[in-house]
Formats: sequence, structure tokens, C-alpha cells
Amino acid sequence: MAAKDGGEVSSKLVLYSYWQSSCSWRVRFALNLKGISYEYKAVNLAKGEQFSPEFEKLNPLHFVPVLVDGGVIVSDSYAILMYLEEKYPQRTLLPTDAQRKALNLQVASIISSSIQPLHMLSILKYTEEKVGPQERLLFAQTNIEKGFLALEKLLKDFAGKYATGEVVCMVLLEFHLCS
Amino acid sequence: MAHEEKKLKLYSYWRSSCSFRIRIALNLKGLKYQYIPVNLLKGEQFSPEFQKLNPIGYVPVLVDGEIIVSDSFAIFMYLEEKYPQHPLLPSDLQKKALNFQAANIVCSSIQPLQNLAVLKYIEEKVSPDDKIPWAKLHIEKGFEALEKLLKDHAGRYATGDEVFMADLFLAPQIHAGIKRFNVDMAKFPLLSRLNEAYNELPQFQNAMPENQPDSPSA
Repeated sequence: MAAKDGGEVSSKLVLYSYWQSSCSWRVRFALNLKGISYEYKAVNLAKGEQFSPEFEKLNPLHFVPVLVDGGVIVSDSYAILMYLEEKYPQRTLLPTDAQRKALNLQVASIISSSIQPLHMLSILKYTEEKVGPQERLLFAQTNIEKGFLALEKLLKDFAGKYATGEVVCMVLLEFHLCS
Repeated sequence: MAHEEKKLKLYSYWRSSCSFRIRIALNLKGLKYQYIPVNLLKGEQFSPEFQKLNPIGYVPVLVDGEIIVSDSFAIFMYLEEKYPQHPLLPSDLQKKALNFQAANIVCSSIQPLQNLAVLKYIEEKVSPDDKIPWAKLHIEKGFEALEKLLKDHAGRYATGDEVFMADLFLAPQIHAGIKRFNVDMAKFPLLSRLNEAYNELPQFQNAMPENQPDSPSA
């Protein structure tokens, strides 16, 4: 399991992460579900550590999470999840049924493309400056609610104990950032 | 035979870059489909029939017999698995991951910030004059990221010498940036070069907005 202080670590998988980053959280969740040990390397975004020359070499876009698996470096939570799913197929995160698989990907996309980008700090600042201070919250809420309403409709005929059935699937990994 | 060929239906809007991505994929895989236009400007995405297909009201939607798939990323993965001819993802895991990353930059960091709903919001709440500068800002930011990401990996196309997923997501975004949002492509030499390569491919040309049945110029 994860070791913060260099205790029992995997020599193979390293995850560059920030504790508060929801995108990092998705990947931590996936690694835990799959029972994959990894070394946790903190990148303090508040202190600008993502701009260090070392981190820049790993991800020139300065985002977390970044997964390093031996010689392979993967950035972007969606790309990392797809990589993990293929490389470590234990405890699959995508159903084999084509319709359910597509539904998982669609829901993941709704969250990562239609909800999350619209409540990024830079966007909210813009609405505050250009429209008014009350707009910031209203804009975020409107977009989150729009997304959630769509998700309710999408999932109502499929949901079991978890979003698309009885098994925790990729979609759940994406939900955290909005809850 | 004709029935078999048109088994696939694509709900699409001519100008939708997300629909454009899938039109390219279908062309590359040699898949015939019935084009069903959804006029976003007229609000046809809010019709009860369309809402049944996709409650969030976005195009594209693919219908393949009993299966309904919405969201271009999900549709892409569905097509790649169901119709493996002309693979659109490399088998090498690192390169595959790079394709996902590039595609995600477009579909999470660029396109959502310049889609119809957001532009309408800015037009109504801020000012009509702010629409283009807003879109241009976010597209250029994303393009800068893509230039950095791809510069050590691009060949003839984004991630090598074959067309893969990244190209399908890039081409429509570059097209939109140029045609609609005054993006200064001189700042993006790699993307400019890729765009020229895409423009030479009939599968990309046929998928272009201006060549769709519901394009105003059709």
C-alpha cells in the first residue's frame, strides 16, 4: 500500500499527487481498488512544486497526477485510468457489457468535461469579475446541477448498489470531485 | 445489404467539433452511417425524443442497433472495440496513453470552454463582444499545452506517422479555432503542420462541418 515516508514501497509504481487534487484522488482510488502498491510522491501545488525542473521533465503541463511505471510515464487522470485498466486488469473498472462500458465512459466524461472544467478557479474568478460576486457561486451551482440532473436521468435505469450496477466502476472514481 | 450498411446512426450537428471527431473515426474505419441532424441553434437537443437518447442534450450520439452511446470519448472507445479495423489507438501503452492525454486536453480543457452553452452564457451575462476573446484565450492556452506535449513525439501526425485518436480530437479543434475564433496559428507551428496534413486526408475532409448535410452551405 502507499507509503509516505519511504517505508514499504513498490520499486515500480510511483504516483505524483497532491492531497487535495480530485484528479489525483481518482487515481489513488483506482490503485487501491486494484490492490496496487505505489510510492506516493507529494507535489505541493500551493507552493508551486509543479513548476520544478524535475517535475517539468515528467509533465511539461505541470499537472498532477502523474504515474510512473518503470519506463512509462502517464499524465492526465483519464489516461492513467485507461492505462491501469489495461496493464493491471485485476478488479476491472470497466464492465465488459458494451452498453454499460459506454455508460461509464460517458458519465466519466460528463464529470471531467462538462462539470469540472466549468468550476475551475480561473473560470469562477472570471464570472465574479465580469458579472458580479454572486455570480461565482451561481455559475458553479448551475453547471453542477445541470450535470447532476443529467446523471440522475442517465443512471436511473442502471443503478444498483453503485452507479452502473453492483461493482464500483470508473464512474464512481469521477464523482468525488463534485460531492 | 442497404439495411445492414446503414445500421449505424449518428446524431450530429454540422459545426459540432465533438461530432466531427466521430465522423472522422467512422470514415477511417469505413463505416457507413445514417446522418441525423440535430439543430443545436434551434434547440432540437431539448426535444423529448432526443432527451431520451441523451439526457444531457449533447451531440454526438451513436445508435448501433440496440446500443445507444453518447459522448465522443465513449463513442470513440465503443467503435474502437466493436469495429477494430483501422485501429485508432497504438498498441504501445506509452503511446496509447499519450493519445488519451492529448484527446483529453481537447475535450476537457478546451472544447467545454468554447461550446455553445458557455458562449451563450457569456453573450447574455457579460457581453456579445467577449465571446470570441474568451474562446480564443482558452483555445490558445490549450494549444500551447499541446505543442509542449507533442513536440518530442509527433511525426507526420500527432503521435507518430499514423493517424490515431489524438489526431481525431485535434483536427476539429484546430478547425474551429481557425474558422470561428481567430486563433493565431503562427504561434503553433506543430499544430499548423498537423492541420495541413489533416486537410490532405479525404476521411477528414468529408467529415468537415461545411461538408455535412445540415451545413448551411450544403
